[in-house]
Amino acid sequence: MTHLPFVAASYALGVLLPAGYAIAAWHRMRLASRRLANIPRPRRSGTGRARAPQRALQ
Amino acid sequence: MDATINLAPRRRSLHRFANPGRFLRLSGTLLPWLAIPGLLLTAIGLIWGLFYSPADWQQGDAVRIMYIHVPAAWLGSAGYFALALCSVVSLVWRHPLADLAAVEIGPVGAGFTALCLITGSLWGRPMWGAWWVWDARLTSVLVLFFLYLGHIALVRAFDNPDRGYRAGAILALVGVVDLPIIKFSVDWWNTLHQPDTITLTGAPTMYIAMLWPLLFTTIGYTLGFAAITIARLRAAVMERRISALLMAQAHEAGA
Repeated sequence: MTHLPFVAASYALGVLLPAGYAIAAWHRMRLASRRLANIPRPRRSGTGRARAPQRALQ
Repeated sequence: MDATINLAPRRRSLHRFANPGRFLRLSGTLLPWLAIPGLLLTAIGLIWGLFYSPADWQQGDAVRIMYIHVPAAWLGSAGYFALALCSVVSLVWRHPLADLAAVEIGPVGAGFTALCLITGSLWGRPMWGAWWVWDARLTSVLVLFFLYLGHIALVRAFDNPDRGYRAGAILALVGVVDLPIIKFSVDWWNTLHQPDTITLTGAPTMYIAMLWPLLFTTIGYTLGFAAITIARLRAAVMERRISALLMAQAHEAGA
């Protein structure tokens, strides 16, 4: 019994699956970055205080 | 008085990295340092393992599957451990980045666990004559895969995301009991799966010409896993900022 098809299938998956995740993550990051850059920032009513971190993420 | 002076900087430092701007700056610097070495080490390890490492005297060429299977298995467990750590940070300190990190680690960890199960199956067919056996190691890794799927589903199952994060964190912490079962299953039960060949305390029982490519792929995949997770987390932070800004715009327009 030749093992090569099993080895080839494993290597194909071992390359394609992480590559798929990486490309999807990179694409999502680029898209989010582009969208974020295109949104005009709201005017701040200048008290000078930074927002709390929890609020900033929501 | 002293307590007030000492506690304030500590609390600030815990939430220091929750600042999205700071996280985006730091992760943007870190990302190429993870992604490029990860890609290079994985490529070297895979080519070395496929073309230049020797075949096993018993397993023949099927041993080459190990160069993918072992890193995938390690990352399935390590990813879940990271998920559990994020859950602790989320439950104890209510750190918003920990919630997002847990959400983003889940699908990547599930993918690598699936890769471990599939490559194990592809190795088992020529070696054991079966695609699957209900062996303790295989079954406990399958349970890990289901725990990942459960976490992915649970964090998205609530209208209020915070409730989803809490429920997912509790599931992740309950499921962490599976990690020692996976690790010690080959010692506790008489399994078809072979015992560990690389341990922290003893010398590896593997031929050195096979150990090097395995080391390369393991480090390479680990860096790649970290890079993918950080890239997803960066995207998630930016998506949160986008929705916050859009809401602020809508609020301003309505006012």
